[in-house]
Amino acid sequence: MAATQVNPTRMELTRLKKKLTTAIRGHRLLKDKRDELMRQYLDLVRENMALRKKVEKGIEDANRNFVLARAGMSEETLKTALLAPKQEISLKVSTRNVMSVDVPVYHYTTRTADKNDIFSYGFAFTSADLDGAVQSLSDILPDMIRLAETEKSCQMMAAEIEKTRRRVNALEHVIIPETQEGIRYITMKLDENERSTQVRLMKVKDMVLNDAHHYDEKMASGE
Amino acid sequence: MAKIAVMGDYDSIYGFSALGLSIFPIRDNDEEEASRIFRNLAENDFGIIYITEELAAVISREIAKYRDCPEPAVILIPGIHGNTGEGIAGVKKTVEQAVGSDILFSNE
Repeated sequence: MAATQVNPTRMELTRLKKKLTTAIRGHRLLKDKRDELMRQYLDLVRENMALRKKVEKGIEDANRNFVLARAGMSEETLKTALLAPKQEISLKVSTRNVMSVDVPVYHYTTRTADKNDIFSYGFAFTSADLDGAVQSLSDILPDMIRLAETEKSCQMMAAEIEKTRRRVNALEHVIIPETQEGIRYITMKLDENERSTQVRLMKVKDMVLNDAHHYDEKMASGE
Repeated sequence: MAKIAVMGDYDSIYGFSALGLSIFPIRDNDEEEASRIFRNLAENDFGIIYITEELAAVISREIAKYRDCPEPAVILIPGIHGNTGEGIAGVKKTVEQAVGSDILFSNE
């Protein structure tokens, strides 16, 4: 495991210990962030799926109406009828912060307040099916905008969750064990150094005492 | 103020123009024209781009580039030829990305 080279010094030991506390704290924080993001994401994605099904069904129904409308009138009439739309939608994009992910929030305003302005044509030359078709499309527009909001939020949150998960895993399985291993290695090395110093000192003391009192010679002469 | 764009073949999207959305018809799902227009829209203050599933399949590489950007939101809608299921698959893909496997909608 000790693939990385660490200097067995006290300074390095303090540095590694500091790094370990930071890593553990970061790991705990990121784990909390991941869990909370996941909780909110699961709620949002369920809503996203429901909205998507609703919108897809709505658009399919509207398309069916448009096919009918188109069958009842000539292409030129149809194109002329929709050539100059009266209504215009402008979108105000703001953002909401969900666990440091800036997800979009959409507010839309129509240029005119009149609901009937979606009919940009005189009713004389167009078939009644067209009115129904345009109306059905208009009915699902709020859901379509809401779908855009949730779907984009889901995409961004999913990316963030993936990133956070990787960070949590990297901390948990790589950084923290490696640092612990480094700390262990340095403490062992320092302990070992201390023991060898102790032994050396004892040896030197022996030699000094021997020089002063001549124990060796006394032993040899059998006293 | 941002605007909303709708891209796809003319038959699928002409109705949206009555509601006040900007429509950008692409003839025959032409890849070059579609990606040119799409890039143009994405850079020019369009908050939401609705795009038909058929056309999205043609320019999926361009769309993927904007997936992680806050703007624009690219949303697939079914075209006049019916639903290819690509939109639902997109939602499932985000679940897979976030959770690791699709635990929510795998049996739908």
